[in-house]
Amino acid sequence: MNFTLKVWRQKPGEKGKIVTYDAKEISSDASFLEMLDIVNERLVIEGEEAIAFDHDCREGICGMCGCVVNGYAHGHQEGTTLCQLHMRAFEDGSVIYVEPWRSRAFPVLKDLVVDRSAFDAIITAGGYISIRTGSAPDGNAIAVSKETADAAMDVAECIGCGACVAACPNASAMLFTSAKISQLALLPQGQPERMTRAQRMVRAMEVAGFGACTNHGECEAACPKEIKLDNIARLNREFIGASVKKQA
Amino acid sequence: MKLDSKAPDGPIENRWDSHKFNMKLVNPANKRKFDIIVVGAGLAGASASATLAELGYNVRCFFYQDSPRRAHSIAAQGGINAAKNYQSDGDSIHRLFYDTVKGGDYRARESNVYRLAQVSNNIIDQCVAQGVPFAREYGGNLANRSFGGAQVSRTFYARGQTGQQLLLGAYSALMAQVNAGKVKLHRRSEMLELVVADGRARGIVTRDMVTGKIESHAADAVVLATGGYGNVFYLSTNAKGCNVTAAWRAYTKGAGFANPCYTQIHPTCIPVHGEYQSKLTLMSESLRNDGRIWVPKKKGDDRVPTSIPDHERDYYLERRYPSFGNLVPRDVASRAAKKVCDEGLGVGSSGLGVYLDFSDAVKRLGEDGVRERYGNLFHMYEKITAENPYKVPMRIFPAVHYTMGGLWVDYNLMTTIDGCFAIGEANFSDHGANRLGASALMQGLADGYFILPYTIGDYLATAGKNSIHSDDKYFSKSKDDAHGKVNRLLAIKGERTPDSFHRELGKLLWDNCGMARSDESLKRALEKIPKIKDEFWQNVKVPGEGKELNQTLEMAGRVADFIDFSEVLVRDALARTESCGGHFRVESQTDENEAKRDDDNFAHAAVWEYKGEGTIPERHTEQLSFEYCKPSQRSYK
Repeated sequence: MNFTLKVWRQKPGEKGKIVTYDAKEISSDASFLEMLDIVNERLVIEGEEAIAFDHDCREGICGMCGCVVNGYAHGHQEGTTLCQLHMRAFEDGSVIYVEPWRSRAFPVLKDLVVDRSAFDAIITAGGYISIRTGSAPDGNAIAVSKETADAAMDVAECIGCGACVAACPNASAMLFTSAKISQLALLPQGQPERMTRAQRMVRAMEVAGFGACTNHGECEAACPKEIKLDNIARLNREFIGASVKKQA
Repeated sequence: MKLDSKAPDGPIENRWDSHKFNMKLVNPANKRKFDIIVVGAGLAGASASATLAELGYNVRCFFYQDSPRRAHSIAAQGGINAAKNYQSDGDSIHRLFYDTVKGGDYRARESNVYRLAQVSNNIIDQCVAQGVPFAREYGGNLANRSFGGAQVSRTFYARGQTGQQLLLGAYSALMAQVNAGKVKLHRRSEMLELVVADGRARGIVTRDMVTGKIESHAADAVVLATGGYGNVFYLSTNAKGCNVTAAWRAYTKGAGFANPCYTQIHPTCIPVHGEYQSKLTLMSESLRNDGRIWVPKKKGDDRVPTSIPDHERDYYLERRYPSFGNLVPRDVASRAAKKVCDEGLGVGSSGLGVYLDFSDAVKRLGEDGVRERYGNLFHMYEKITAENPYKVPMRIFPAVHYTMGGLWVDYNLMTTIDGCFAIGEANFSDHGANRLGASALMQGLADGYFILPYTIGDYLATAGKNSIHSDDKYFSKSKDDAHGKVNRLLAIKGERTPDSFHRELGKLLWDNCGMARSDESLKRALEKIPKIKDEFWQNVKVPGEGKELNQTLEMAGRVADFIDFSEVLVRDALARTESCGGHFRVESQTDENEAKRDDDNFAHAAVWEYKGEGTIPERHTEQLSFEYCKPSQRSYK
């Protein structure tokens, strides 16, 4: 297969631009990142700098990879990270636009690589249960119904890739934040810190420069782990509940 | 090189307790005076950083990814073992200990393995309390499943993403300590040198991968939690960034490297499909709970698998190993797959594949029942291959997955350099010559949560503060070395990419030092490695600069170290003329083609000491004694 790539290139501290590259004789079984590898191999041999892009596990779990491909975060295929997207999903001869995540809170470091440490800042603010190592009771001392465990697991699957932010017109991090808040609010272990957690994480989200949610639902559509929008409703409930309780 | 394991004596069940009692403590007020560097933020690194910080130490944690949540522990699928015996199926600490020593083909240190089995139960408690959503039974209790090499159900799991959930648990504990101001994160940082002075580790030199800045960091102890070296084979199930650089740098500064030839080839991975392929994908071993492995009985049978009737299929694991069946340990399953493929019975266009069939499981449990257990794995398989495994059998083939070898450590997890510790996959300690499924997560978290935080205190209480600062001459020398290497790589301006060398090296190792190794193949590899090295240093091409994000440069540095390291790996494989666990020498096999150990000559850990560039390293041994698990020919029949 052959493609024409329109790739965002940006040096640190400089303005970026779209540069055109040919991707020739690509196997339909190659992943999108393997296609970029092949283009990069050629660029390096020609003495040009390789296109910088983040990636690591290449099996859809580490959350390191991600670009906006033809306007879609992680490409057009649903429930897929960029590393799991294969070239057979594209038409032979097509033009493919490849751009970095766009958000004030995710500054571009180079080309397609962005700084997502703002996500860590949100977790740092309260995305945990404070339990000192070695002080836990027996695992079966805390019974958790299967339904609850499954529901918590559904949201715990978030890989923190940032596609939700990239897809949102407001660059909101509500889906990401709500996934962690939901997981811990659902589980009995998460109850003691439930109120402060919601408040602190929402505050951190605002400080980091993420936008507000206006219910577009783009995040859910882009999420490679198919995290559901109703978690945002739960986040709002947790947050408002915490505010009311505090006033009372 | 002195190898004192410091493993305590006495009844094995009391050793860890008495050792803990005999260790010196650092009082709470003094803990905050000590600085500890942790390199790596996977299960071992994150859990150690979090726990050390909780205790009061000042921790700096370095990792090459953009967030600690990305470390490759996250990709572990199937589960984590513990000796809880919640199933009342006869499990115990002693049985987990025994299974692990036996599964490792009697090449691990008994004291360490027993301790691992003891703390396994604490890990589950800890993770549950952190909010890890383990699978549950309807009554609300924790669920278990079975894994290879065991006849009890002791594996705890969170769907097919156990590693992810455990790592996110450790990550959350780590971030809580970042919030408390006790841990400072150095993201996108790569360790390039270990700084050693007067026999003690003093700190590290790193490269900030965003700015290219080379920096010195001094500390009172350095903990390497930098994972395994499976990527030396180029194609492996490791993440693309996994590398041997930190461990290799420690080795060149005097840390002994133990058993590098113990590499694990995982039996159930998606087969290779093209030259451009960048990595291999694992399908969890847990699939062998319900999937049945087979090949056609007839050579060249190219019918679609679903139309091959049962009596024309060879369920070769069930046939050869009736008592363990599809759940034999990994090394046994991998070699059995290689054997049938060598005999020309392999499936798929390359002939390098066997079927993993779920049709019986679908009949028994229904599609939803299978989805419940393995949904994400089936989903992943379908993404990569465009085939639906609910309808047609998966095709699988073994791939490099884990490395049991690593930096030699004593019972305190300290390397042969004072003050330099190694934990998790980076060390060699607990799995012997073959790791059992669901034991990597257990070991990473055991080291990080429950072992290192005690033993490092004993070291600090004895050794005291490090008096050498980061502006000292020892650091500037290491910094110059790191700078020199970066500049040298940029200056070659040759004609080949770092990746092309990596592929060449990987193929050489896979062909000659992979699932089967012979005197001849290993000597061939030893002959070719220096040639690859020479060409690399004359002909590699790294465009761009050193003072900014340059992924080609990062790769080139890692490939250079892989090339150097591969020589030690092959030498170790050559010197160990027995077969054991994942190390299979064709010269040493039983009549039934099983690995044949030579306990008289090789019941030891081989530890390599660096002797300088271009000089053959020296092989030392740590004799292993087996008081509780008497070595026997492993039998899974």
